[in-house]
Amino acid sequence: MSKVLVIAEHNGNHLNPSTARCLSCAAQLQAGPADVLVLGHGAEAVAREAAEVAGAGRVLLADQPAFAQPLAAMLAPAVAELARGYTHVLAPSTTFGKDLLPRVAALLGVPQVSEVMSVEGPRKFRRPTYAGNAIITVEVPDDLPVVATVRNASFKAAGKAAAVPVEAWTPTATAPTHTRYVELRSGGGDRPDLQTARAVISGGRGVGSAENFAVLYRLADRLGAAVGASRAAVDAGFVPNELQVGQTGKIIAPEVYFAFGISGAIQHLTGIKDAGTIVAVNKDGDAPIFEVADIGLVGDLFQVIPEIERRLG
Amino acid sequence: MDKIIVGLKRVVDYNVRIRVKPDGSGVATEGLKMSVNPFDEIALEEALRIRERGEAREVVVVSIGPEDCQQQLRTGLAMGADRAVHVPHDGDLEPLAVARILLGLVTREAADLVILGKQAIDDDCSQTGQMLAALWDRPQATFASKLETSGTTARVTREVDAGLEVIEVDLPAVVTTDLRLNEPRYVKLPDIMKAKKKPIESVTIASLGVDPAPRLRTLHHEPPAPRQKGVMVKDVDQLMGTLRERGVLG
Ligand SMILES: Cc1cc2nc3c(=O)[nH]c(=O)nc-3n(C[C@H](O)[C@H](O)[C@H](O)COP(=O)(O)OP(=O)(O)OC[C@H]3O[C@@H](n4cnc5c(N)ncnc54)[C@H](O)[C@@H]3O)c2cc1C
Repeated sequence: MSKVLVIAEHNGNHLNPSTARCLSCAAQLQAGPADVLVLGHGAEAVAREAAEVAGAGRVLLADQPAFAQPLAAMLAPAVAELARGYTHVLAPSTTFGKDLLPRVAALLGVPQVSEVMSVEGPRKFRRPTYAGNAIITVEVPDDLPVVATVRNASFKAAGKAAAVPVEAWTPTATAPTHTRYVELRSGGGDRPDLQTARAVISGGRGVGSAENFAVLYRLADRLGAAVGASRAAVDAGFVPNELQVGQTGKIIAPEVYFAFGISGAIQHLTGIKDAGTIVAVNKDGDAPIFEVADIGLVGDLFQVIPEIERRLG
Repeated sequence: MDKIIVGLKRVVDYNVRIRVKPDGSGVATEGLKMSVNPFDEIALEEALRIRERGEAREVVVVSIGPEDCQQQLRTGLAMGADRAVHVPHDGDLEPLAVARILLGLVTREAADLVILGKQAIDDDCSQTGQMLAALWDRPQATFASKLETSGTTARVTREVDAGLEVIEVDLPAVVTTDLRLNEPRYVKLPDIMKAKKKPIESVTIASLGVDPAPRLRTLHHEPPAPRQKGVMVKDVDQLMGTLRERGVLG
């Protein structure tokens, strides 16, 4: 019988939606309800939130000052210690999970499956390689635990359910002192989160400047959308790094994605392949973005956006 | 600090569009342009800058893979690495095996800092640096966009989903690079000539006591599902109409 452990991601106050996505992946593993591990300090509220996600059987809360920040070097020994009792260990394929889980896998001496995009069997998964241009099916042999990160964009978040118990769990491993948290600088305000927003308004080099991005923010606010960007726009300093969409940025699956002044490099397209509807506005009719767009419009974004706003009334 | 080790993986160049073999057995890479994994080039650039600031004495580049990896090591030497180590291996290697091999080299060389790319653009695993740090029982600073070293510590700015996270780690440590860490220098012809004289040492996997056999079974390769062909609209009226038809705009 499979036994699944999901590592929760949170910011100390709230559970990250990626955890509910991991739980819906876990539900496909032909196992019972999963145990969810919350590592944090003063994270009872997070644990209670996790206890209400469908698919959770029990929440284990490891509460220690050393876990106050999501530092892989601090968390990995504890996760590895607990993981020994499970057949599957899952974490989201976010920067949190990508940082933490390979460290856990190495402590366990087992390989990791990165970015699971579908479950083909309890030990068989599909995952993207070559920026999503080759999808491989991999199987984990029976004698190894499955250690895998779950691609956010590929799984719907599990819904709410009646709360399951929260139990305290204390690891015996002591956290190292060689890694110290200094600070988190975040450029984001209170706009919808890029990874979970229903609609995303994205801009590229064609937007031209940080000031011009105001046009996109205004449209995003009208639509309740999140704002994203190409790497070129981030590199040019138009927007902060956490807005980058693509192979090396965020992989997202909104219902609708607007690409304004983005050419459509494969590294960018990797990030939006799972979007419901892709709308592209570019003044170059030959831009590769039009090959993947569901709706394409050749035009100048600075004319098109105000016209869209006018029609929104 | 004395020594920095940088890993250079040989991968299909990022500008090349790869194709999955029709029988699903793999990706057709024969005859394609091969390059240093872009993140690894950034790793090497960073190491060179640290050495050029006088904060490290030596930069050693390492590549694990077929004979042809020596081309990528030559590129690394031409960029300015002092010497190179090649670990010959034909066939697939999982990140865990790579991490074990690197651990052998890193201990042998008594490295103070290891800089690797945050992911290789072929397998897109994003595991090796973290695994090496775990096996070595040392700090990791992944997805770095800024790296400052001072004596026995490093201060690293990391690109995380929530923004920029700053951490401080004791050396030795493993750092993995994000794209905005730096812009790698171009290699000049005289440097390529000079690099020919620099040594490439060969170290076998067996001598490091590592079993390179992959544990995961790759059963099948397939191209991504194509998206349905889209429509081109000629103006904003049509655009809004199509969006409403699809029910994506209220
Ligand atoms: C290893 C690696 C990883 C990468 N990872 C990513 C990633 O994660 N995400 C990512 O996005 N990129 C990534 N890149 C970079 C990628 O290759 C492209 O360089 C980048 O996506 C280009 O951004 P862009 O489309 O904004 O700029 P450009 O390619 O310069 O395109 C700008 C577009 O704007 C259009 N335009 C200009 N003015 C207007 C206007 N007024 N109205 C309408 N259209 C206009 C132009 O016609 C053009 O098509 C990566 C590259 C490498 C090597």
